[in-house]
Amino acid sequence: MTEELHDVRLTVNGVAHDVQVPARRLLSDALRHDLALTGTHVGCEHGVCGACTVLVDGRPMRSCLMFAVSAVDAEITTVEGLTEPDGSLGPVQQAFAECHGLQCGFCTPGFLTTITAGLRENPRPTHDECRDMIAGNLCRCTGYQNIVKAVERAAAIQQAASVEERA
Amino acid sequence: MKPAPFDYRRPGSLPEALEALAGEPNAKVLAGGQSLVPLLSMRLAAPAMLVDINGLPGLADITVDASGVRIGALARHADVLASADVRRVQPLVSEALAHVAHATIRNRGTTVGSIVHADAAAEMPVVLSLVGGSVEVASVRGTRTIAADDLYVGPLETSLAHDEIATSAFFPALAPGAGVAFEEIARRHGDYALCGGGAVVDGDSVRVGYVSVADVPTVVDLSGVPLGELGEAALAHLEPADDIHATAAYRAQLVRVLTERVVRAAMAATSSKENPA
Repeated sequence: MTEELHDVRLTVNGVAHDVQVPARRLLSDALRHDLALTGTHVGCEHGVCGACTVLVDGRPMRSCLMFAVSAVDAEITTVEGLTEPDGSLGPVQQAFAECHGLQCGFCTPGFLTTITAGLRENPRPTHDECRDMIAGNLCRCTGYQNIVKAVERAAAIQQAASVEERA
Repeated sequence: MKPAPFDYRRPGSLPEALEALAGEPNAKVLAGGQSLVPLLSMRLAAPAMLVDINGLPGLADITVDASGVRIGALARHADVLASADVRRVQPLVSEALAHVAHATIRNRGTTVGSIVHADAAAEMPVVLSLVGGSVEVASVRGTRTIAADDLYVGPLETSLAHDEIATSAFFPALAPGAGVAFEEIARRHGDYALCGGGAVVDGDSVRVGYVSVADVPTVVDLSGVPLGELGEAALAHLEPADDIHATAAYRAQLVRVLTERVVRAAMAATSSKENPA
């Protein structure tokens, strides 16, 4: 039996991609295998670890808990979409680099997408709010201290940038 | 860790969705998928067809009036939790939602989906029971309302027929002067609770609904029980079980501790409302 394929248009980082996938293709696998956007990492594949988190219409969601066929109407942002138009690091990426917020880097894409959306919703988080923002993402290397620092640093970078823009 | 193959339908209208369900006895409804997709990926479930209702119009509404809160089948937990109107009219919904998984899961998962998934380790099924709510269901045969008391028939099992879709859930408003609280203990923030409980205190009536200490969402009437004996009285109606996360004895101890804690908090919520000082 050959499996039925569905024509799906996925809009990822502002670019429309037409793919043919079986209905059971997880969004995480469609991003990695069909679109070759391997920045999205797959850890536990049942919604616990947070490594595969992408933004769906701006909101963080687990791409391993969605089917590609079900993402047709959505604007998806992956970690590849967080860099600036000129290719330089986005503010959250910059903060992770400065604060040593990663070691092996496996969990990092999920943190970056989650924090990007979190700071959009709450641009001036308290220390506790920074911790809460990343509560759904697991990291086995860092012990989280530097990730929390990176959230605070990213908020500061964004504030400085917005002050600069106004000046 | 990949789902088995299934037929996929993404209907554009409710009648179309109901037709698809009626035509395949082994179909499942896909809404948020935050419980269903893991079950599929681990192959604990392998339905022949998924009917994806995410494209249906008008099902994401959250309607609040003096009688209560009605939540549409596509309203995400995050949207319900963010609603100040919901919190004002039935605060137990908001209190409990804050304990549902992590924010990222709440962005996709639906409150109605959680209710009809009927997991006794989940918060929203027992909250529906505790406040005496109901679900509205539709099929090609028409619509009907199922009271929470008639909804849960076994572990992960509801009285919905295979061809029915839950289109909304209704949580009646909190009675004036009543107080509510929700507490739970989990190994890690956002994990399934080892034990959790919500309480509604209304005059002499004291009722507590439990998470993770029975096979089905369970509400216990503790009216008239002295404060120090609440937990023991509740345990007569519960069946805490051993699993990898906790022993039955530890869960029983959590019932004793949490029951008193959540009832005291609900009582405090009543007095703070009567004396807003």
